[in-house]
Amino acid sequence: MLLKRIVVCLDVRDGKTTKGIKFKGNVDIGDPVEMAEKYYNEGVDELVFYDITASSEKRGIMIDVVEKVAEKIFIPFSVGGGISNVSDMRRVILAGAEKISVNSQAVNNPSIIEEGASLFGRQCIVLGMDALADPDMPSGYRIVINGGRTPTSLDALNWAKEAEKLGAGEIVLNSIDADGTKNGYEINLTSMISGNVGIPVVASGGAGTPEHLKNVFTSGKADAALIASMVHYGHYTISEIKQYLKESGVAVRLDW
Amino acid sequence: MITGVVDYKAGNLKSIETALRHLGADFIVSDIPEKLENCDRLIFPGVGEASSAMKNLKESCLDELITGFAAKGNPLLGICLGCQIILSYSEEGNTACLGLVDGSVKLFSGFSGLTGDTSAELLKVPQIGWNTLGFTKKHFLFKGIPDNSSFYFVHSYYPDVKDEFKIGETEYGITFSSAVARDNVCAVQFHPEKSGKYGLMMMDNFLKG
Repeated sequence: MLLKRIVVCLDVRDGKTTKGIKFKGNVDIGDPVEMAEKYYNEGVDELVFYDITASSEKRGIMIDVVEKVAEKIFIPFSVGGGISNVSDMRRVILAGAEKISVNSQAVNNPSIIEEGASLFGRQCIVLGMDALADPDMPSGYRIVINGGRTPTSLDALNWAKEAEKLGAGEIVLNSIDADGTKNGYEINLTSMISGNVGIPVVASGGAGTPEHLKNVFTSGKADAALIASMVHYGHYTISEIKQYLKESGVAVRLDW
Repeated sequence: MITGVVDYKAGNLKSIETALRHLGADFIVSDIPEKLENCDRLIFPGVGEASSAMKNLKESCLDELITGFAAKGNPLLGICLGCQIILSYSEEGNTACLGLVDGSVKLFSGFSGLTGDTSAELLKVPQIGWNTLGFTKKHFLFKGIPDNSSFYFVHSYYPDVKDEFKIGETEYGITFSSAVARDNVCAVQFHPEKSGKYGLMMMDNFLKG
């Protein structure tokens, strides 16, 4: 049977892995290539790298990171951040990434999803969505862009369905409310989106304990769960989390 | 021993190349039949749509190269779309394929959010993620790999072959043939190059088999 995936997220700034809380303030926590290799050896199912480099002239550093990662790990990984057109996508894919993640860029220019899917296949195109609880929206959640700073008029559920139609192959769904809290994923949001699209949904934001992953895989209907600080700071290992999930009846990959 | 990787503009070959380099293989990547013909074994990868893939193969005469290579008895490994193209027929684009192994390629009948059917019991298509491979026959590709190990899949269509050509199976709504073989030709629906340790071991088995 299809197994639930654990995805480790690495935010990369100027070639270093960094971690921020609620999109405010970042500290460097290591070398992304070394960290990728470590998580690969510990049994992570997939990795995602977000390039949060502020200046465009330093973007080349990220391609260098992607190439090095591709030489070291033999599991899928995606790259997001700073991708604004298909030639950016091509550069990242040729460097060795399996998937490209677009977020604000897709809101500003939805055709990037369509163009990317037709050129590289929909399995390559991941839509990153940052959703914020908002009772004024039909689904109860509003899409925000630019790292959570800019609210849009888009409803989260409508945007997810629209992106699927345009050709997105997967959705990484980040709850702004839960992000950085370590109090658990936003189960209602995840379950609503995952139950209403025909593409996999990766839950993001709020993971603090293995139980949070269990909840988002069961009640939240997530296909995969994204984690960061719970492993970056050594609170848990991938293996501990997977063992817990197995004992809780969630089917995960245990052979690596 | 030189391994040839068939390049027919169906997806990115970077991860296959990286895996082969990691395994220390002597290999070339080419779209020129004359170059591939002289290799000792062939890897036939691919991601994409079946009818355009067949069109590309025909235009570059790679279809004849592959069938000829297989007929000579040399080892050939199909991966993902390659595993589908070696069968006789694909529902995708109603495409006549190479027919190296008798069988057809079918679409998962799954859940699409686009149809408005929101029953959570239905499958998401494409299947994306790690799934287990159960061995149904002994095969040199599986040497040293435990039964029911997990591999990385990304696909909407699946191979359907007779039991005699099935060497491994996977469950996704239905049980389908995720590894097939006939004589010197073998193929897997998943991506061994992205399936960690056991994926690399399978590629290494092919290189040494």
